[in-house]
Amino acid sequence: MNLQFIVDGLFAGAMIGLGAIGVTLTYSILRFANFAHGEFIAWGAYAALTLTGLIGFLVGHDIAPLGPFSFGWPLLAAGIIAMALTGLLALALDVILFSRLRARGNAIIMVMASFGASLALRSLLEFIFTDEPQYFSREIQIAIPLGGGMRLTPDQLLLFGLAAVLVIAMFLVMSRTTIGRSMRAVSENPTLASVVGVDVERVIRATWLLGGALACAAGIMVGITVQVRPYMGFDLLLPLFAAAILGGIGSMPGAVAGGLIVGLAEAAAVPLVGAGYRGAVAFAVLIAVLIVKPTGLFGLRE
Amino acid sequence: MLRVENLAAGYERGVPIVRGASIEVAPGEVVAILGPNGAGKSTLIRSIAGLVPKFSGRVMLDGLDISGLPAHQVVRHGLAFVPQTENVFGGMTVSDNFALAAAVMPTRERHARIAEMYAFFPGLEERRALLAGRLSGGERQMLAVARALMVRPKLLVLDEASAGLSPKMVGTVFEQLKAIRATGVTILLVEQNVRAALGLSDRAYVLAEGKNRHAGTAAELWNDTAIADLYFGGIAEREALA
Repeated sequence: MNLQFIVDGLFAGAMIGLGAIGVTLTYSILRFANFAHGEFIAWGAYAALTLTGLIGFLVGHDIAPLGPFSFGWPLLAAGIIAMALTGLLALALDVILFSRLRARGNAIIMVMASFGASLALRSLLEFIFTDEPQYFSREIQIAIPLGGGMRLTPDQLLLFGLAAVLVIAMFLVMSRTTIGRSMRAVSENPTLASVVGVDVERVIRATWLLGGALACAAGIMVGITVQVRPYMGFDLLLPLFAAAILGGIGSMPGAVAGGLIVGLAEAAAVPLVGAGYRGAVAFAVLIAVLIVKPTGLFGLRE
Repeated sequence: MLRVENLAAGYERGVPIVRGASIEVAPGEVVAILGPNGAGKSTLIRSIAGLVPKFSGRVMLDGLDISGLPAHQVVRHGLAFVPQTENVFGGMTVSDNFALAAAVMPTRERHARIAEMYAFFPGLEERRALLAGRLSGGERQMLAVARALMVRPKLLVLDEASAGLSPKMVGTVFEQLKAIRATGVTILLVEQNVRAALGLSDRAYVLAEGKNRHAGTAAELWNDTAIADLYFGGIAEREALA
């Protein structure tokens, strides 16, 4: 059997994991399932794509790709700006929509509103950019053999490394910094958090900024290795939720582990049971884990 | 230190649970709020701490009107509140619980203050890497109190520190509170355990139907059989028989 699915699965899993961190944080801190989170992935990818083009236009001449990669420094610069912009987009959506509904304290209304926001954001992307797929680069990359029949392109290798850096940075933020501890505190007990001196509104803002930025990173990974389409985030939404629930809602390492498992399961499904059952396999794994451990892999509570 | 003037408060507009309570706590004093179930004791102090909406009246802390401040600002002004239940972050380690509490202080003071709190509560130091949810009920209460003391509060407000603890643990917790009182911390506490509360306090208020009905020194209230019969289920008689 060809082991390539392991590499493909882990790579897809890293993208899902980055997106799932935002889902799990929003769910545990704001207490609703945000179905618009997938749109942050797509908006982030389009933002990076547009900014890359803008930088190229401003520089005025072709910029050679870096080493073996398909892209040059403009994409790296655009990626950082796009992550900030996507964080701000998530924050803006909260100010315009979710914060008003939060005051009424009804989680179902928040979920429904996120469905609406998802539809609106996606349609807006389609309106601006059309549904024609776009690409960061059309260069064909030569994959590097990793042994055992597994191959990975230089782009994938670099992105995988960058994703790992982001996950580690995020882990350090959550475990070592005041804002990270405050986020964990609000997710566990918002009333006690405010008594201890945590400004809950500030924690909510941080949650949107971080979740949006990580979703953008996932979007850029998908964009570089696959393509950029308005539906790219929406298509990832179910795997994102599967990963967040699998890892245990509220657990950031859980979301990453869940993402890798979902990615691997989906990739393994293709050679084993055929591409048609790809999506179903992720959910079979999810159900199996939840039967054994209802709180998810790293979950502390129901 | 604390002056509550004619406070009305409750969770729902138009449904006040506290209906015109007025209390005062002088610096260095320990004051208890006693009263039957449903008298509004917890609502009163939760409202003082900024957790329950106030409808009218004022809360002054050291001359400053804190009536309109949200809970996370109240603690910054020196009023530290310990809720009755779920008063520690069970999913976080003891040391993370401390670090979070210390975060309202200037960065350079945090480290030394955390060390001071470990020195005052040595039982917690050996548990610092443990999730707070795995502590015993008594240890958890210590952690909750230590967390509140962390910020060097002008006033420590405790909601039923004895709730859910075994009689032996209640004794330990109140011994600890006596040690805290000896350091000069001003304390306001709500308590069901009248005997333990009056043993610790200088003065007490008796709250009924959202208003304070009686006030006096701990000894006066303890010896007033009429009040004991009315509000504490004749506790003095039962104590005498025991």
